[in-house]
Amino acid sequence: MDFWRNSKRHAWILGALAGILFLVLGAAQGQLFVIWRKAVMICLECIGIG
Amino acid sequence: MKRLRLLVQLLFTIVTNGYAYGFLSGKIYRGSLKYACVPGLNCYSCPGAVASCPIGALQALLNRQGFQIPFAALGFFFLFGSLLGRFVCGWLCPFGLVQDLLHKIPLFKKKKRLPHHHILKYGKYVTLVFLVCVGSMFLFGGYAKVPAFCKFLCPSGTLFGAIPLLSANESLRGQAGGLFLWKLGILLGIVLLSIKVYRPFCQYLCPLGAIYGWFNRFSLVQIHWQEALCTSCHACEAACPLALSLREISCSAECIRCGKCVDACPQKCLHFSAKKADTAHE
Repeated sequence: MDFWRNSKRHAWILGALAGILFLVLGAAQGQLFVIWRKAVMICLECIGIG
Repeated sequence: MKRLRLLVQLLFTIVTNGYAYGFLSGKIYRGSLKYACVPGLNCYSCPGAVASCPIGALQALLNRQGFQIPFAALGFFFLFGSLLGRFVCGWLCPFGLVQDLLHKIPLFKKKKRLPHHHILKYGKYVTLVFLVCVGSMFLFGGYAKVPAFCKFLCPSGTLFGAIPLLSANESLRGQAGGLFLWKLGILLGIVLLSIKVYRPFCQYLCPLGAIYGWFNRFSLVQIHWQEALCTSCHACEAACPLALSLREISCSAECIRCGKCVDACPQKCLHFSAKKADTAHE
């Protein structure tokens, strides 16, 4: 029981590490560039034109 | 706490939308900060936005040909969610701030929830699954896929992106048509509803709130309840703008960690903590 309680307490660490891992994977696949490329062009759909 | 929260909300909104030249020129920031996402719902077509929107980023990755796991967007969600949960909603989201301010307008009798809240609260998950994910993967506008949530619903994009850009940019203004009117109508509806109901977009439609709510149970930031000091006066429940019960505070997917319960408790048994609660919230 204590093991599961402690695991739940530290789950945020696993989540944060997973986040960092996903960011690294995403960066390696060029996904951050995809995000940047979309963000630096005016999103016509977002502003109700496209 | 109330003033601190308002100050944090204002400062974060100003800092993350601080590209003042964009507002004057009707253009958007194109620098390298947009490789990163801010935690809240902040349209990257806001002329002041200096970083990207996480939901916009997710849709941009899902819009690509074929399907690849959107690791970068998931990375931002897991990082912000694991650390903060829906603290982002309560303290860092610009559109959340707008709804908070609208709710202060002394018109209409205030309500914490809409009728049938127990059903409507799942609307944000419907938005996440069908508009953000399925829509962005399968809906086409011409030959390209579209960010469906941004295109058909997002009021933050209309308020922070469309209105400032169309005001300052004549060529864009000339292209506004039926879709703009649709989005303007949605924005106006949410604005009016926000005056009467507390944060209706956050409670019933926001896909980002749906994602961060999942992390509430185990995020680093929590509201800690010291059961030994509690006298069951229910002041916290009366103060909660979302009508949460004591046992739902902090760990419920609906809690935005606004801290009003912390302020209201006469015994000071509720407080923000970076440690996991070890009492009845488990």
